[in-house]
Amino acid sequence: MKLKTLALAAALASAGLAAPTAFAQDKVQFFPSLTGRTGPVAANATPFANGYADYMKLVNLRGGINGVKTLVEECETAYATDRGVECYERLKGKHGGATVFQPLSTGITFALTEKIPADKIPMITSGYGRSDSQDGGVFKWNFPLIGHYWVAGDTLLQHIAKKEGGWDKRKGKKIAVVYHDSPFGKELLPIITERSKMHGFEIQLLPVPAPGVEQKAIWLQVRQSRPDFVVMQTWGVMTATAVKEAIATGYPREKMFGTWWSGAEPDLRDIGAAAKGYSAVMMQHGAEPESAVVKEILAKVHGAGQGTGPKEEVGQVLYMRGVVGALLSVEGARAAQERYGKGKPVTGEQARWGYENLNLTQAKLDALGFKGVLRPISTSCFDHMGSAWARVHTWDGTKFTWASDWLQADEQIIKPMVTQSAAKYGQDKKQTRREGADCQS
Amino acid sequence: MLYRENGQFKTTYTSDSQVFPIRQDRIAIGLLLAIAVIGVPLMADEYLFRAILIPFLILSLAALGLNILVGYCGQISLGTGAFMAVGAYAAYNFLVRIEGMPMLFAILLGGVCATVAGVLFGIPSLRIKGLYLAVATLAAQFFFDWLFLRISWFTNNSPSGSVSISELSFFGLPIVTPLSKYLFCLGMLIGFGILAKNLVRSHIGREWMAIRDMDVAAAVIGIRPVYAKLTAFAVSSFIVGVAGAMWGFVHLGSWEPQAFGIDRSFQLLFMVIIGGLGSIMGSFFGAAFIVVLPIFLNRVLPALGDIVGINIDTAFVSHAEFMIFGALIVFFLIVEPHGLARLWSIAKEKLRLWPFPH
Repeated sequence: MKLKTLALAAALASAGLAAPTAFAQDKVQFFPSLTGRTGPVAANATPFANGYADYMKLVNLRGGINGVKTLVEECETAYATDRGVECYERLKGKHGGATVFQPLSTGITFALTEKIPADKIPMITSGYGRSDSQDGGVFKWNFPLIGHYWVAGDTLLQHIAKKEGGWDKRKGKKIAVVYHDSPFGKELLPIITERSKMHGFEIQLLPVPAPGVEQKAIWLQVRQSRPDFVVMQTWGVMTATAVKEAIATGYPREKMFGTWWSGAEPDLRDIGAAAKGYSAVMMQHGAEPESAVVKEILAKVHGAGQGTGPKEEVGQVLYMRGVVGALLSVEGARAAQERYGKGKPVTGEQARWGYENLNLTQAKLDALGFKGVLRPISTSCFDHMGSAWARVHTWDGTKFTWASDWLQADEQIIKPMVTQSAAKYGQDKKQTRREGADCQS
Repeated sequence: MLYRENGQFKTTYTSDSQVFPIRQDRIAIGLLLAIAVIGVPLMADEYLFRAILIPFLILSLAALGLNILVGYCGQISLGTGAFMAVGAYAAYNFLVRIEGMPMLFAILLGGVCATVAGVLFGIPSLRIKGLYLAVATLAAQFFFDWLFLRISWFTNNSPSGSVSISELSFFGLPIVTPLSKYLFCLGMLIGFGILAKNLVRSHIGREWMAIRDMDVAAAVIGIRPVYAKLTAFAVSSFIVGVAGAMWGFVHLGSWEPQAFGIDRSFQLLFMVIIGGLGSIMGSFFGAAFIVVLPIFLNRVLPALGDIVGINIDTAFVSHAEFMIFGALIVFFLIVEPHGLARLWSIAKEKLRLWPFPH
């Protein structure tokens, strides 16, 4: 009896694996969404996934991409690389083929970077993943649109220098870097090291093992060495823990600066007023509750009861990041349609051309409801980033407010680092640099 | 009726000592191999290869290696992830630092390095036993995690600490397509499976089992504990190291120490316990249970929801997956504490009597 049940279960199991639910729909543009709704970064990754899904719904309400409806299917990775790879394999061929992936995890990005060229699917990694993938000459399929770790690090250091009254004031000072001990955390270090060499400030590296809930020792070290500033490259539950530990050790929040992933509402909401003064650098957007696109989502999507998540998070930092992510995904596909045929879904390979030839002018962005949220983004064959603008915002106890004007990362410093690192990657892979002709295709 | 060995007489020593003494078993295994080598490549699609079959094969190999140590020699180890990492990083270094190094040799040399590490961290087993040994092997886990994160030489000075592999080839044959990767993994698994099966029924395997069952008695009848325990560590770490190198090279392509973290060690130990301690077959069952079942649940739950007409959201599926998976572990351990492999042998016993059980 027992064995029969087991045999039955096994038979069911094999049937389940073999029959993925496929419902054929023509004329849709499929955007897979790798989510982190559970796991160590759930509080932060959930608003992103909700924003991504909501903006796609809005695009459909606006009439799709020249009439082509968007379709989102989620797959849960829980921020784990092996599950992310499984999700990628699961979604890449569905609904006529994936347009673009946004894995929202540096670990998954590294793993997928090896797979996407063979599958001919582009990948957008705004603000994470490989910083050197800005160089489209080597990384044909990766797009760190609107910035990467080095842009965030550079603009943040510029902001700190400005606060102090110039780079020359930095000499002899000490900056502690608290970072996630993984490729995600380490990716920030090259730019900090480069700047410290240029301006003669000292850096103290304080790695925190994942997932980062154990930081007592780190902050005692901070208390001992009394750095002038602390830069944090943290994500998920780690950021809140770091701020709490800083409060416990009495390190002033005004001297703590997070990077792009370390300054959002879920990190500070529960700490509230005690976290006042904590700042983080935001590439392009921040919390944008007043923007036109947010109002439109609230009216058309949430108003119709179609919202993906809670209404309160619409317009918050990470929700906006999802919205911006979706915007970039859609606009690339739209650009590709202009070349490969309007009103027809584009393949991943065609969409790649769109991301490489993205030209989002201020007028276009404003028309889409992103006035004051985004600055123009324009990519090319060798520049897969398209914009290096950032601002710094500060927590006032209940919400974020802008604390700086627009800052631009110094391309003179970043470009050589990107080219050098990308060249090394290309050399290791024994691949040749893309030439002019390939850029036209 | 079908599964009965009546009339199969052993007339020579060779026939008495074959791996599968019963003819029906030999036919079944032959069929299984034929399906794996010929049938599966004809039927499976890319998703099945890359997301399910390749991870399953590689982790089966790792579980097989761990089973030799835990199941056959009775030495609990929580350092499996570390030995996989040693295999992977050593193989990576051999591949990138020595020009023209064939991939297979790099992987095997990775296994050799893991062997050295395994023997080194196996030395405490001579003095401490059971759970205390498990804690001691944890040291290996933390040490190698630290080593590969901190010493950038091991990652070829990669700034992010993540390493990647390009252009796999097997003596000139490129291993790029999912099918070729699958066949490569299958070949390795079959090779090591035969090796392990024969090792455990040789004199050395019997020594391991004697040590496992009662080490004092084993020492009294002339088995050297030092030799037996350290060979178990060596063979186990070698196989685990090779599996680690394959996990990095063939499955991930790019990895960081996190891929071989403490979670991996626990995962492999659970595979061995659920599959069946001291059973080669059990390693495969355990790997299938741990690798395939969560993905299966994750895919079937939304489909079930569709049938009933409920749209189940991704987070709920993920939570439900954990709950059902945990419940199933408890269920199987209660129904059969000796693992899935034991269920299999009970099934075989019943089949021998079927359809006249009395």
